[in-house]
Amino acid sequence: MTADSQLVQVAHVEEDSHAGHPQQGVNTALLGMLLFIGSEVMFFAGLFAAYFNARASALSLGQPWPPEGLGHIIEPGLIPIVATIILVLSSGSMQWALWRIRKGDRTGMNRALGVTLLMGIVFLGMQAYDYYELLVHYGFGINSGIYGTLFYTMTGFHGAHVFGGVIGIAIILLRGVAGQFSARHHVAVEAVSAYWHFVDIVWIGLFFTLYFLK
Amino acid sequence: MATTTLAPRAATYRQRSWLYEWLTTTDHKKIGALYITTAFLFFLLGGVFALLIRTELAVPGIQLIDPETYNQLFTIHGTTMIFLFVMPMMTGLANYIVPLQIGAADMAFPRINALSYWMVPLGGILLFSGYAVGGAANAGWTGYAPLSAQGGAGLDLWLMSLVLLGMSSVLGAINFLATIFKMRAPGLTLMRMPMFVWNTLVTSVLLLFAVPVLTAGLMMLFIDRNYGGGFFDPALGGNPILWQHVFWFFGHPEVYILILPAFGIVTEILPVFSRKPLFGYKAFVFATASIGALGFSVWAHHMFTTGAVFLPFFSFFTFLIAVPTGIKFFNWLATMWRGQLRLDTPMLYAIGFIALFLIGGLDGAFLAVVPFDFHVQDTYWVVSHLHYVLVAGSVFGIFAGLFYWFPKMTGRMLDERLGKFQWLLLFVGTNLAFFPQHLLGLDGMIRRIVDYNNNPGWTEWNFLSTIGAFMIAVSVLPFLWNVFVTLRQPKTAPDDPWDGNTLEWATTSPPPPYNFDALPPVRSERPLFDLKHGAVAAHAVALPAQRGETHDETRADAPEEVLGEPIEGHEPQVAAGEETPQVSEAAPDALPHEERPRTEPKK
Repeated sequence: MTADSQLVQVAHVEEDSHAGHPQQGVNTALLGMLLFIGSEVMFFAGLFAAYFNARASALSLGQPWPPEGLGHIIEPGLIPIVATIILVLSSGSMQWALWRIRKGDRTGMNRALGVTLLMGIVFLGMQAYDYYELLVHYGFGINSGIYGTLFYTMTGFHGAHVFGGVIGIAIILLRGVAGQFSARHHVAVEAVSAYWHFVDIVWIGLFFTLYFLK
Repeated sequence: MATTTLAPRAATYRQRSWLYEWLTTTDHKKIGALYITTAFLFFLLGGVFALLIRTELAVPGIQLIDPETYNQLFTIHGTTMIFLFVMPMMTGLANYIVPLQIGAADMAFPRINALSYWMVPLGGILLFSGYAVGGAANAGWTGYAPLSAQGGAGLDLWLMSLVLLGMSSVLGAINFLATIFKMRAPGLTLMRMPMFVWNTLVTSVLLLFAVPVLTAGLMMLFIDRNYGGGFFDPALGGNPILWQHVFWFFGHPEVYILILPAFGIVTEILPVFSRKPLFGYKAFVFATASIGALGFSVWAHHMFTTGAVFLPFFSFFTFLIAVPTGIKFFNWLATMWRGQLRLDTPMLYAIGFIALFLIGGLDGAFLAVVPFDFHVQDTYWVVSHLHYVLVAGSVFGIFAGLFYWFPKMTGRMLDERLGKFQWLLLFVGTNLAFFPQHLLGLDGMIRRIVDYNNNPGWTEWNFLSTIGAFMIAVSVLPFLWNVFVTLRQPKTAPDDPWDGNTLEWATTSPPPPYNFDALPPVRSERPLFDLKHGAVAAHAVALPAQRGETHDETRADAPEEVLGEPIEGHEPQVAAGEETPQVSEAAPDALPHEERPRTEPKK
């Protein structure tokens, strides 16, 4: 046996393989999405750090937190509460879609994705309406002191992430309607679902921080 | 080597033009080459800026550059060297080498890889376009608020450029992590990965968790500057110190992002050129991981003088980082100890790295001492420290890697005499440029100011420093000439010119687009050594061999060994069965799933 005969032949074209090596454990694309979500967690952690830094500065100076005169923000109105309920429910319907396709039920997945997409859009619409109310009726903008800056930056970046999730859901819905997913091949649904749950969890954190933390 | 039958579809592949091929490539090797070339161009550009700075500082007074231009110069110099030279250069080397070292055909996400690359030149253009809109950024590479909340459009472009380069780094980090976790060759377990791969892994984790925090800070600053936000404005209830927290929470892991790949390169080179296995592989792995972990707990040692941080905690953890770094140093020395040192250019750079990075590292330990830090805050001591770790550290590591892997990338060997001449110039120039800055810093010379007093000794030290800077610049010329001349020569480099240990030397130089036809079985962290010398030799030499022992014969023979020709009397099967029981124990679970013995001889 020569050393040469020890060489392992690389399989160049093989089903379900990556670079000739067999796939085990978590799917590569899903791993990529999970890592990306990890980086997004750190992005929002930076924004939350800004919030708590501002809060600590105010409290250490003996100033009230949140700053006075922001009752319309701090007392959550109907819109933020309903929007929160809708977003949490949409996380459930997203998971429902995932469970359906894992069972191989394409129609069920498409229906659930359609509902999720609709709820995501409604959430964005309600957020836009909330912004409109605050800006026009209360004159509360991003330049209205540190609380305005924090409020619009945090909810704004979250809204941008919801928008990205809505686009992702729309894409997998179109692909689902085209019949591209099956019980075995639906990594895109898994990835978008993980991202959507992340967006939902960030909102829950934001909701309680911005509306309930005194 | 190519014996694979192509799939029928491959015949329809259309040959595209050279330019189209490079613009649209998703091949990790081509993207790596693009990264390296782009980074080197920015290195030259940033170097010119450095020369302008040093020329102005050669003697007291303002001769050449007005203060505003000077502020822009050192801002763009720092930003370019860190974000557009060292980071893309390390990413480029890792892009080229990591898939080869783990026996993969490409990165996990080749198109995202291309996207990551193309954000780099775009970010560079954004950064430098500040000069077209009335002045580039001028708040230093750290961009401290509230200074950075003022100033012109150049600062907005700086912010957007860093956001773009940060996204590029995060996507690159995700790509490396997915590649390393999912695409290793059969048998290549985590604890058999080459140290360069380990360092890339830890660097990627740091990038993944540190860069988004900077992005958040950059966004806040952008909002403050453009939409009336109050993050860093005390009048609106904000806090300028917040910027320092956010920036250094990224900025301290960032310094490990800049140096860990260089650690990896040096750790690859030392065993190969000492003709010994790496001393303390596991200790290296744990030291690298703990440097990464500790890197997140020391950011406020950049903020001792703000009065806003708990000094004992951050001072203690900063000292703690010296422990894993010290482990690495002793392991490097022990790797070389009683080895048969071959002083080729990569090895010279690696040794230069160890010698000079030690100075930079000790400077850092000094800065962890709180009272000392108060004394030298914002002085040239800090400038000296960061240049000793970035020039004597990262740049030496980069040149070591470029000389080491150039034959693999191009199929041609760089000229050794020019390389050694360049090393000597760079070594002397680096010390001449940055050592006097220690003394200036101790004497109280403040950084980032265009002029200085003609205090006793200051002019002499500054003049020496300027001479050193020009020596560094001159040392790049033999390298450029070396590359230019070498690239015009025929591809004569052998596949394994240095007698390496890792898988990248198992393929051709340069590798085919698909990297490997066949992989040797991986049963240790030195699969190629095992292939060349047989399992017995591998384990025998892994023991602490002394001169005069029987194993010495094997070591002396080693450099002459050619890939694929086993030493007589060291047949692996005999070895596994009869001579060393630990091999037969290790072999069954280490045996790759796909092992199919080849019947045809290679070549």
